[in-house]
Amino acid sequence: MKVRARDAKELWQEEFEKAPVRDDGIETSTISGIPLKPLYTGDDLPRREEELPGQFPYTRGIHPSGYRGRLWTMRQFSGFATAEETNRRYKYLLANGQTGLSVAFDMPTLMGQDSDAPTSRGEVGHCGVAIDSLADMETLFEGIPLGDITTSMTINSPAAILLCMYIAVAEKQGVPASKLGGTLQNDILKEFIAQKEFIFPPAPSMRLVVDSIEYCAAEVPKWNTISISGYHIREAGSTAVQELAFTLADGMAYVDACLERGMHIDDFASRLSFFFDAHIDFFEEIAKFRAARRIWARWMRERYGAQQERSWKLRFHTQTAGVSLTAQQPELNIARTAIEAMAAVLGGTQSLHTNAMDEVLALPTDKAARIALRTQQLLAYETGAANTIDPLGGSYFVEALTDEMERQAEAYFKRIDEIGGVIPAIEAGFFQKEIADAAFRYQNEVEQKRRIMVQAKATNALNRLGKAAAGNDNLMPYILDAVRAYATEGEIMQAMIEVFGTYTETAVV
Amino acid sequence: MPKTATKPVRIVVAKVGLDGHDRGVKVVARALRDAGYEVIYTGLRQTPEMVVDAALQEDAQVIGLSIHSGAHMTLFPAVVDELKRRKATDIVVFGGGIIPDDDIAVLRKKGVAAIFTPGTPLQEIVDWLRKRFPES
Repeated sequence: MKVRARDAKELWQEEFEKAPVRDDGIETSTISGIPLKPLYTGDDLPRREEELPGQFPYTRGIHPSGYRGRLWTMRQFSGFATAEETNRRYKYLLANGQTGLSVAFDMPTLMGQDSDAPTSRGEVGHCGVAIDSLADMETLFEGIPLGDITTSMTINSPAAILLCMYIAVAEKQGVPASKLGGTLQNDILKEFIAQKEFIFPPAPSMRLVVDSIEYCAAEVPKWNTISISGYHIREAGSTAVQELAFTLADGMAYVDACLERGMHIDDFASRLSFFFDAHIDFFEEIAKFRAARRIWARWMRERYGAQQERSWKLRFHTQTAGVSLTAQQPELNIARTAIEAMAAVLGGTQSLHTNAMDEVLALPTDKAARIALRTQQLLAYETGAANTIDPLGGSYFVEALTDEMERQAEAYFKRIDEIGGVIPAIEAGFFQKEIADAAFRYQNEVEQKRRIMVQAKATNALNRLGKAAAGNDNLMPYILDAVRAYATEGEIMQAMIEVFGTYTETAVV
Repeated sequence: MPKTATKPVRIVVAKVGLDGHDRGVKVVARALRDAGYEVIYTGLRQTPEMVVDAALQEDAQVIGLSIHSGAHMTLFPAVVDELKRRKATDIVVFGGGIIPDDDIAVLRKKGVAAIFTPGTPLQEIVDWLRKRFPES
């Protein structure tokens, strides 16, 4: 039997090498540059004990029942202008059965400055709600019983202040802090690495994070004190491996800081949560989520000596990749987002935000926001993806890729260690340089047509045709360019109709 | 208008506003540098005054602005106005970011020479500069 299997593989290898291969110059590595084989077989499967969901190291999921027990939470993040308007929106959502609220703050609030600060000009109320004092927070949650809902607050540098405001609003409602549930992003390290909404230097920033974790462990025990975020790292241009490695390294840095404070690992580890990106390279993303759980479980149990199982489990929220969307033909973004969301689901996410198709242009329209949410419902109820736990577990390819991501992440941990840890690496510009290099490499691959973003080319040609139609140039060269870019007849006509309009004859009998 | 025929074009690239999304600005800065321009990147959270200061100090002919916070309608014209106030209207201003089409038309009228939105090939920005500064 063994000999025959060997022969069959050799035969396939020979036939593959003889077969014609596409020579379109398009990369066959993952979007992050991991080389891929054309075929994976049993030879690629790692030799290890079978992994199972709900069991260490949780590669296949943290719950023994997967989505059969409970579907992921469909959590759409959104921002509105004023505290009054946001409050009305929250009441509408709660009346319609939503139990969790999500607060987006405006840039001045995120950057810890008041609405009347000179550098706040033009920024107040864009992208989220403006909160200056407790009075605004009282307006935001007016008439909403904070003991009955959970609230997610996406804020970092001033996170401690906003949490205190939330606790103070609850106090006025007569709700004790011990009853409050929710999540604070509170992840300052990724701000230094990627999103850049930092204010204080790293050391006092870390002190505030540890202060809030320590305080909540005692006083607000149901609060998720931090959402350690790879999303912003990835959106800043990192590879999947960098997102995985830098995020988990940040997580370990918070653990180290809490241990230095004298806290016990099992007193806070289970309140740490994670937030990842779901990009367009389907299998690489699934492997990333699986590897993240395995790495975290191992480090928590083996390196940090956590005793309780709940300290080993990596729980995460996912958002589909904003950077994968195109401004041209935004309808295609519905398809991209659906594929990315499917990767998050097959990767076992606890909650999910799907981007709206027009987010690359401006804040989403109602219709686009509705389609984004419906996409999740479609995945949950129509596709059957929720019926089987970790359905890609055991796939030769996905298992090999999971191991490869883990290996490359561990190599990054070593490099970060050699620099002296996460904060020295931030101060040396290590992460920032790695990410900028990856972003530039990817952009060049796109420009050299080694990575394709579908339709951008035809749309560019159509845009040029539209502009030319508005002027006096001969349109033939523009039409020829559009034809060469495989724009359809209808698309080319539409580009001209937008400028020329159409003719309607007067009906004559 | 360009000042001399042989001097390389100097471009101050800046992030105005409070957001920290610097992937785009960094990629563009590198591409312009690789295309032979002298690029000075100011870093994050520059006020219009700071940007114009930098451009004057660096003797730049071009200012490239990037923003993702939604404050472009305030801050881009503020840079143009500051250039007027400092009598430096020969400096060309262009910008990029998540900027809706309707806003682009208004910004062009207010003196922003060009706006490049997500998905713009880097070469298109370089081509635009070459056209604007043919001797560079």
